[in-house]
Amino acid sequence: MLWSIIRFAANGWIQKLYIEPTYFFSYYGFEWVKPLGSYTYLLFILCGLSTIGITLGYRYRASILLFFLSFTYIELMDKTTYLNHYYFISVLSFLMIWLPANAHFSLDAKRIPELRVKEIPQWCVDAIKLLIGIVYFYAGLAKLNSDWLFKAMPLQIWLPAKYDIPLLGSLFQQEWTHYAFSWAGAFYDLSIPFLLLWKRTRAIAFLLVIIFHVLTGVLFPIGMFPYIMIASATIFFSPELHERVLAKLRKGTSFFIIPKAEQGTYAFSSDLMKKTSLGVVSVLLIAQLLIPFRFLLYPGNLYWTEEGYRFSWRVMLMEKAGYANFKVVDPETGRQFYIDNSRFLTSFQEKQMATQPDFILEYAYFLEDYYKNEGIKDPQIYVESYVALNGRSSQPYVDPNVDLTTIAPSLKHRTWILPFND
Amino acid sequence: MRALTILFLLLSVLTVSCTETDLSGPSSNDFDRQAMLENWADNIIIPSYEAFSGHMATLHADAEAFTTTPNQTTLDQLRNSWETAYLSWQNVSQFEIGTAAQIRYRDNMNIYPVNTTELEKNIADGSYNLSLPAENDRQGFPALDYLLFGLSTNDGDILDYYTTHQNANGYKTYLLALTERMKGLTDTVLDSWETGYRDEFVQNSGNGANSSVDMMVNDYVFYYEKVLRAGKIGIPAGVFSGSPLPTHVEAYYNQELSKALALEAIDAAQAFFNGEYFDGNGSGESLKSYLDFLNTMKEGADLSNRINTQFESARSQANSLSSNFRVQINTDNSAMLSTYDQLQRNVVFLKVDMLQALNINVDYIDADGD
Repeated sequence: MLWSIIRFAANGWIQKLYIEPTYFFSYYGFEWVKPLGSYTYLLFILCGLSTIGITLGYRYRASILLFFLSFTYIELMDKTTYLNHYYFISVLSFLMIWLPANAHFSLDAKRIPELRVKEIPQWCVDAIKLLIGIVYFYAGLAKLNSDWLFKAMPLQIWLPAKYDIPLLGSLFQQEWTHYAFSWAGAFYDLSIPFLLLWKRTRAIAFLLVIIFHVLTGVLFPIGMFPYIMIASATIFFSPELHERVLAKLRKGTSFFIIPKAEQGTYAFSSDLMKKTSLGVVSVLLIAQLLIPFRFLLYPGNLYWTEEGYRFSWRVMLMEKAGYANFKVVDPETGRQFYIDNSRFLTSFQEKQMATQPDFILEYAYFLEDYYKNEGIKDPQIYVESYVALNGRSSQPYVDPNVDLTTIAPSLKHRTWILPFND
Repeated sequence: MRALTILFLLLSVLTVSCTETDLSGPSSNDFDRQAMLENWADNIIIPSYEAFSGHMATLHADAEAFTTTPNQTTLDQLRNSWETAYLSWQNVSQFEIGTAAQIRYRDNMNIYPVNTTELEKNIADGSYNLSLPAENDRQGFPALDYLLFGLSTNDGDILDYYTTHQNANGYKTYLLALTERMKGLTDTVLDSWETGYRDEFVQNSGNGANSSVDMMVNDYVFYYEKVLRAGKIGIPAGVFSGSPLPTHVEAYYNQELSKALALEAIDAAQAFFNGEYFDGNGSGESLKSYLDFLNTMKEGADLSNRINTQFESARSQANSLSSNFRVQINTDNSAMLSTYDQLQRNVVFLKVDMLQALNINVDYIDADGD
């Protein structure tokens, strides 16, 4: 994560994504989380410092809590930058607050002899395994859809564009490759948690993890995701294997000479702490199991309406492009005009907005307020928009006859999205 | 453990080799992107610039003749060469890439409406720095439009500005400075294409944000949406302001050229899409052929056909307009709006459908995706 923060800053993204834009999209219920202008750098520095604390196991609980809060705040500032692996890091870091990750081979264990133990409760490790398993398995479930399996979409769009990759570039122009990759990807996601769990298949499984993530990292612009998943897959290895690796590290420098605990099981600081930790972790994991299914509560095509799409490990699953033209009408004079989105949004924000209804609605509210300030008493906002999904022809998306300012924000189904014609 | 190490080495080799460009060339099953870039550069872009550069030279020469001997004959001559050059400009305006992008070529050549107050101030002051961005709306074709057609309502009075007016020298000097600058910028752009940039453009045939294909397609889509659709039709028709703005038409003072310029631009945009040679003798690899190639796998709707059909609709609708857009807007703006609608439909096809099919991002966003 330290590397991730440094990379983020080095690419100039703090400035580009969180300071330059004049407008930010908020998550439902988190509108109070606002970007901090120049103080955003401070936020990132805090986040980065906390990752050092976590890595070294120094004042672990404080570090992980600080990391969780600062990282999640960064993510909550602008919905535009939502990524499944950022969400994963938020969830994982929240989980880790409740786990005694500093009980062994950490600076805390070095300076606090009482903390040093040989064993921690099994559920602490299993919780992380379960979370990772959920991510993979649900990602695999998400791939069991007709576009992915029977039309090899969106890989049929993404792979041919990678024509200059050595060895594989030509292969990607072939249709059978798209189908092979689609089916292999789905099979990998569904089976890998189990292959990692069973001792006999673990080594091969880890090999597959590395191959899969390196390959996707080369093919797609997914940043730190491959490395995060490769690193977290190591949790599946047996304690004995980890001890062997640590033993090698201990031989290295005196820095790593941390007295080994020969005995002892981790005991929570109090019974309340133990019950709370177990309770919070259980609720978190149950929530993770249920949240991806909330889309079933909404009618319509999930990929089209995106109701219940996020926070469900639908990773690199669809190719959606859109174009949204906003029309402002002054009912008093009948005057109407179209908006140039680039006046208010960055091109990144415009791209995300055009295909996601919650963004469209939020932007409509923003325009309403803006033009109220410009002197129009009761602006009406209409949208003419088109969306293309997985290579289909673009279709009208928002009902152009609905004045979006009359729609109240809610989690209910959006009737102002036009039906999907497959 | 050892097997793992070997695998790590293998994969690192793969990863490292992937970060270097490898122009091993396409197999017979691939679409030849380099051929498309060559077609663009050699058969469309460079010939267009060569033709335009020739017309700019004529324009500047005629400006020199006029400022030496201002009379009706030289004025008519200059007006003719201005018109020819302006039409020719519509063929190169869409290629704002490479050196043209660096020197903000289009902004220096054709920002309208012209700011007549500031222009007059420039002439009165006698000192101005045309290379500043603030001076964009006091130079280029629109400024010449004003100086040749807009100073007064009849030719006799216009000529007076260059003969008997107390600052006639100021007007002549400014006029000549404009054409000289336009010619100079054009020569710079053409020169860079002919001495080095062409090769750089064609070699950069990889994929990714800074590849020539990505950049050219982005520039083309931007041109179509903002310069053609909005600039020539949408803004004057009042689409973005709620009420028509006839002062914002191209060739506002000349009055009769607006439609011709718009039609020439539509023709040039469609020709580029279809990879047609500038000299009209054939066509090569293009966005159309690229889309057709990708389509063979998808069995989807024939996108290139749709785009071409839409170009036809836009052209016929634009044809029905008066050659004088000012008159058109004032008498029947709905016809302008209909033309806008036809142009608008292609924006969706180009910006949504085509970019998705080619897997090119609008204005490359270098943040991570997921």
